[in-house]
Amino acid sequence: MLNRVPLFLLYLNVLVIAICGLIYELLAGTLASYVLGDSVTQFSLVIGTYLSAMGVGAWLSRYIEQQLARAFIEIELALAFLGGISAPLLFVVFPWVDWFRPLLLGTVFSVGVFVGLELPLLMRILKEHLDFSDLVSRVLAFDYVGALIASILFPLVFIPYLGLVRTSLIFGILNACVGLWSTFLLRPLLSQKHVPGLRWRSLIVIGILILGLFRADQLTLIAEESTLGGKVIHTMRSPYQRIAITRKKGGFQLFINGNLQFNSVDEYRYHEALVHPAMVGLRVPKRVLVMGGGDGLAVREILKYPSVQEVLLVDLDPAMTELSKSFPPLVELNRSALLDPRVSIVNQDAFLWINHAVEPFDCVVIDFPDPSSFSIGKLYTSHFFRKLKAKLHEDSLVSIQSTSPLVAPKSYWCVIRTLESAGFSVRPYHATVPSFGIWGYALASLSKTDVDRFILPIAASDLRFLNDESLRDLFVFPQDIQELTPEINRLDNQALVRYYDEEWHGFD
Amino acid sequence: MASINRRDLISALLGAAALRVTGCSTGDPATQRLKIEGELFSPDFETGHRFRASTAFRKSSVAGQASRAAEPIGAIDEWKEIPVVIVGGGIAGLSAAWHLKRSGFEQFQLLELEDHLGGTSRSGENHGFQFPWGAHYITTPMPENTHLIALLQEMGVVEGLTSDGKPVVAEEYLCREPEERVFADDHWQEGLFPVAGSTQEDLDQLAGFHQRMLEYSLMRDEQGKRFFALPIALSSEDTQSRKLDQISMLQWMEQQGWTSSKLRWYVDYACRDDYGLTIDRTSAWAGILYYASRLQNGVQASQDVITWPSGNGHIVKHLQASLKEKLQPGMMVARISPTEQSERPASCELVVYDKVQKRFLGYRCNRVIFAAPQFVAKHVIEGFRPERSTAAQDLPFQYGWWLVANVHLSSRPSDPGFPMSWDNIIFESKSLGYVVATHQLGIDHGPTVLTWYYPFADANPSFTREQLLSVPWSDWVEMVLSDLEIAHRDIRSLVTRVDVMRWGHAMVQPYTNFLWSETKRLAAMPDRNIHFANTDLSGIALLEEAVHHGVRAANEVLDSFHDHKTAG
Repeated sequence: MLNRVPLFLLYLNVLVIAICGLIYELLAGTLASYVLGDSVTQFSLVIGTYLSAMGVGAWLSRYIEQQLARAFIEIELALAFLGGISAPLLFVVFPWVDWFRPLLLGTVFSVGVFVGLELPLLMRILKEHLDFSDLVSRVLAFDYVGALIASILFPLVFIPYLGLVRTSLIFGILNACVGLWSTFLLRPLLSQKHVPGLRWRSLIVIGILILGLFRADQLTLIAEESTLGGKVIHTMRSPYQRIAITRKKGGFQLFINGNLQFNSVDEYRYHEALVHPAMVGLRVPKRVLVMGGGDGLAVREILKYPSVQEVLLVDLDPAMTELSKSFPPLVELNRSALLDPRVSIVNQDAFLWINHAVEPFDCVVIDFPDPSSFSIGKLYTSHFFRKLKAKLHEDSLVSIQSTSPLVAPKSYWCVIRTLESAGFSVRPYHATVPSFGIWGYALASLSKTDVDRFILPIAASDLRFLNDESLRDLFVFPQDIQELTPEINRLDNQALVRYYDEEWHGFD
Repeated sequence: MASINRRDLISALLGAAALRVTGCSTGDPATQRLKIEGELFSPDFETGHRFRASTAFRKSSVAGQASRAAEPIGAIDEWKEIPVVIVGGGIAGLSAAWHLKRSGFEQFQLLELEDHLGGTSRSGENHGFQFPWGAHYITTPMPENTHLIALLQEMGVVEGLTSDGKPVVAEEYLCREPEERVFADDHWQEGLFPVAGSTQEDLDQLAGFHQRMLEYSLMRDEQGKRFFALPIALSSEDTQSRKLDQISMLQWMEQQGWTSSKLRWYVDYACRDDYGLTIDRTSAWAGILYYASRLQNGVQASQDVITWPSGNGHIVKHLQASLKEKLQPGMMVARISPTEQSERPASCELVVYDKVQKRFLGYRCNRVIFAAPQFVAKHVIEGFRPERSTAAQDLPFQYGWWLVANVHLSSRPSDPGFPMSWDNIIFESKSLGYVVATHQLGIDHGPTVLTWYYPFADANPSFTREQLLSVPWSDWVEMVLSDLEIAHRDIRSLVTRVDVMRWGHAMVQPYTNFLWSETKRLAAMPDRNIHFANTDLSGIALLEEAVHHGVRAANEVLDSFHDHKTAG
């Protein structure tokens, strides 16, 4: 019966099965290293689970006694479905579930069991029709050849050109096609009534996976696989924003809504430049206000001043400030700043908080995200800055992060001019932060500030970037940064958001 | 009277598109499934009809009206004497009171039928939110609109004037960007005109339309008056431009060769938004006024919008706070009996029903400012203008019905495209979309209230007034959600409360030929010692008009006292 089928077609079947099986395993290992970090552990665990599950599958195969061909095709389809959706499923659910690791290993185990069932069943089906010793040698040989092909192509072709999600879906489709093809190949061994059902199911599995393939871009975006460009070690979605922490090149990075907030390798440059000019202008800063800056890194710099008695941090998102108090790498980086008894935290939109009456602050550090949306743009308006004045006394100093004067000059000077329109005397300044490029700030006060007199009162050993000379140099702009006079950012025009979108859109 | 089935209600009022989205509107109402709270409100129809329908001076009432026959007026418990009574506490009545007071005249009392002041500028408060129940914005007034500017200055909304008299509005009261967006082709885009997806022809016609409006805004007569100004009393009396009142906005657009269906929708939206009338019934003069009155000095952009979380209720609250005990809500004026004008000082008697104490009061005064709508006048004023009935029959005052819903959400809905703005409209919906109560406060996250508007603008209404009044709250909620669902697929899961207001006879309609009609002109003239001051006297229901008529009537009254003194 089967003798009429060309033998190479059967072996081709084995080859495809072998490739698919190994691809699923490699996908799980790679995905686990991506999202959980520590690739040695992840690969080790995945391979171990997978191999042992294959053993379980092989052992279970003895309990299948009848209708071997049908069982083989059913398993093929189940494997195609599970393997095909494994990577997209794991990627998408990762940020939302606490039991990711059990889910990952459970998926790997199930895939392993199905793969383990495949070859024993196929060999039992074929042994009636072929010479047994010949069969064993050829099946195993094709199996190993398949594994070799998969392991070479996976890192060189599939991951770079298709990505994890597409690779997963495409091999699921291939696997389901083998199932469908087998209903023809093994037709003589199948009972008449089962054939249409099996074919329908194959088509449904193929259909679902193809649909997934069309949505792959969206799935990938959700998973941020391509946007963050590092290994995601922590992600969460709060009611306000998406927070992700990635790890690469000896440091870790915090992203909010896909925008880099800091890189632990060079954030000290950004935060020293943000905080110290405003702090050194005062003899004894006691009360300090920080708006934005839920990562606690600006607070870390502020707490270096022994005169500081109170720091009030106003940050929109409790998820962010909690993370800064409890996520070990971040707590280490901010030196437990948010756990300091001098620090109190208010989780509120600063735009609303600014309406509350409070005692004036000696120093205000503003570290809002870049004005990429209207809800952030309102925090850089003349209205907001005028309200800010009620929180200051005559000698208070305010520093504000104001995006890049090199990449987004209109945006940068819009912040400066808006501060001036609200009645501030403003000194623009900048620093170089490798992860960001040339970064801009504003030092604002109600009276004129003489930056040439600035002297750092804290020990040089406590700072990595600034000394007295480089502090004064921050206020000197090079040739390629020229003053501009764009529109004032008001609530009723949100000019800054439009400049920012125009300038950074072109840059990205 | 047949009650209306929920499906018929939604398909007739919103169109079949809303039903298609809903899909499930035949089952249990969303209010039951989702445990949505809320109430159904309306102005006090009942007390209004209770004593007014037939009073002593309407002996001619046909017997057929017996079903609505009014109760007889009871014995007067107490008589009060005060020189001036203002009837009606909407913006017009409040403005009259405000102007009397600031002119140093304090011997007046304002009586309002409803328990709340403000008329269609009312606002509400619930669960820590303030939201409008009707009118919710004004545009920055032109320098010539001095009374409104003075009011806004008093409120601290206008911070000062430029050297050429233009008001400078405080930043926090100017509508915060993003101001408006439109939902078309499954996503939101900025602005009111769905530019994405429009053809070059659509855009050319839009540009031509705006250019034309700009030209109209620049036209001045010999006295330097604008052809299209707010309040319209400040407009030129040029007869040529007034001929535009004789054709509909649609006819005028056809004359101009503007056939783009998108442009027609855009202009139709404006007519329904400001006047509660469709483009084919709105007077072209009124339609042009909407745009041309808000353009200044050849600048393409319209005058800035001024708004508050409680909408124009903010102005009501200010006037309420400054006039306090001069204002008495819950007082239904059942009858006004003026004496002949020849008598000096003129005197007038009012019979007033106190809804709280459930008793009748009498007022004797010299002058009445009647700031209630015209359709009430004939039921209340003894011997009201019998000579004018013919003119009024040809071109009567017509008023539109509105439905306003305040939709409380537990958090922000899914929102493809441009972010949530102050004004959010759905392309080709029969609703006017919604404004966001938290927008002006800068609250961009978490719970909010959407105020959704629906004008009953169809020329041939599908349902009678009685049928509409019998529609239960849950069916109105279903209609509101069916419309919002077009743009926000997950809205049902976020709604916690929906309050619905049915405004009957809410806004006067500037249909063709009405604005410069004899009916309208005569209605604003005093009747014996009664002076009239309601928005409807302008034929368009805008706050600028209400303030104008309130101040004008107050001035008439002030003049009469002044004349009397000098004569004596």
